[in-house]
Amino acid sequence: MSAGENGGSGGCINGIKSALRVIPNFPKPGIMFQDITTLLLDPKAFKDTIDLFVERYKDKDISVIVGIEARGFIFGPPIALAIGAKFVPLRKPKKLPGEVISEKYILEYGSDCLEMHVGAVESGDRALVVDDLVATGGTLCAAMNLLERAGAEVVECACVIEVPDLKGRERLRSHGKPLYVLVESQFEPNSQ
Amino acid sequence: MFAEENGLHGDPRIKAISDAIRVVPHFPKPGIMFQDITTLLLDQKAFKYTVDIFVDRYKEKKISVVAGVEARGFIFGPPIALAIGAKFVPLRKPRKLPGEVISEAYVLEYGTDCLEMHVGAVQAGESVLIVDDLVATGGTLSAAIRLLGKELEVHCSSSSTIILDQINNIYIFEHVFLERVGADVVECACVIGLPQVKGNWTLNGVPLYVLVEPRLNDLGHFGDGGFV
Repeated sequence: MSAGENGGSGGCINGIKSALRVIPNFPKPGIMFQDITTLLLDPKAFKDTIDLFVERYKDKDISVIVGIEARGFIFGPPIALAIGAKFVPLRKPKKLPGEVISEKYILEYGSDCLEMHVGAVESGDRALVVDDLVATGGTLCAAMNLLERAGAEVVECACVIEVPDLKGRERLRSHGKPLYVLVESQFEPNSQ
Repeated sequence: MFAEENGLHGDPRIKAISDAIRVVPHFPKPGIMFQDITTLLLDQKAFKYTVDIFVDRYKEKKISVVAGVEARGFIFGPPIALAIGAKFVPLRKPRKLPGEVISEAYVLEYGTDCLEMHVGAVQAGESVLIVDDLVATGGTLSAAIRLLGKELEVHCSSSSTIILDQINNIYIFEHVFLERVGADVVECACVIGLPQVKGNWTLNGVPLYVLVEPRLNDLGHFGDGGFV
């Protein structure tokens, strides 16, 4: 669901939405890039973003928040600190030192890979996956696979922005997991 | 300087933070004793202590921007920024930031790398704190300091001279004056720093504030000197 449907404060959401910026044709022609860096320049809107997530998750017994490199590292830790959960970074290959487990996932052209430390997440952990944006849902599914392989239960995926045209929500639903977002992106004429 | 030299001597939080950091030998290459902060992030108390110590130090210093170096600076910077009411500005590897950026190159042991920041993220004269997980050679932080002190706002003033020539062609000469101003980097804050950071050591004139030294390894033996 999105925060707008869940009784989230309309004023907060509008402030968050208007703090986002769209950059056309980045990283390549046809993509309308949803840039969260302008949200981070607005201390009130950034705080409201975190507060909305904290409000939703503080009583859900979440023991671990995983954040997807690199923008998930910006939103995940403040939520983790506020609700008393561990924070676990999911990274591109060869960045994490020590023993890792890897999950490959398909991109439009080729594939990529996400890694998580062995031992960071344990059987019985209740996990939240955090990233700035969900598009096709491929990265979030890879993250959920890593968590489930480590024995954790994925409670939900949480993102600031959803690009509805790219059907990430449906993909997560077919994985059996819910998605919570704060805003849906505007301007999607030629998204890919 | 180290936190212990500056009012936190004997503070049990410092030991908790140090103990929560894991040492991974020979990563990313032989001889490097990698200081892994991911285990600190698994320890909710120690992670909170880390952020609290930085917040206590900076909350009264009128800092309006916290700049975090990709990627582990993105973990420590935002909680500090949120707590002190500052903007958070990510400093990124090339081609990650969309839109207009300014860049600063820096030298690595082999080759060079580059840090980028959005144009307009920081205004001239703003007070900035730079955050990263660890300072070793200081190369990355120096690049960040140079980036923030660079041309951030260009003031233009112009005057025009109009000349009419003999056959009534009009020539207009614009004189444009550019003034380059930068931000004021108040301090660099890192969780881990090499012992040379003790005392009043500065980087490009900017003081460093560090919580703990690198540990040599988890078994207490002497390692071989490199720390990443």
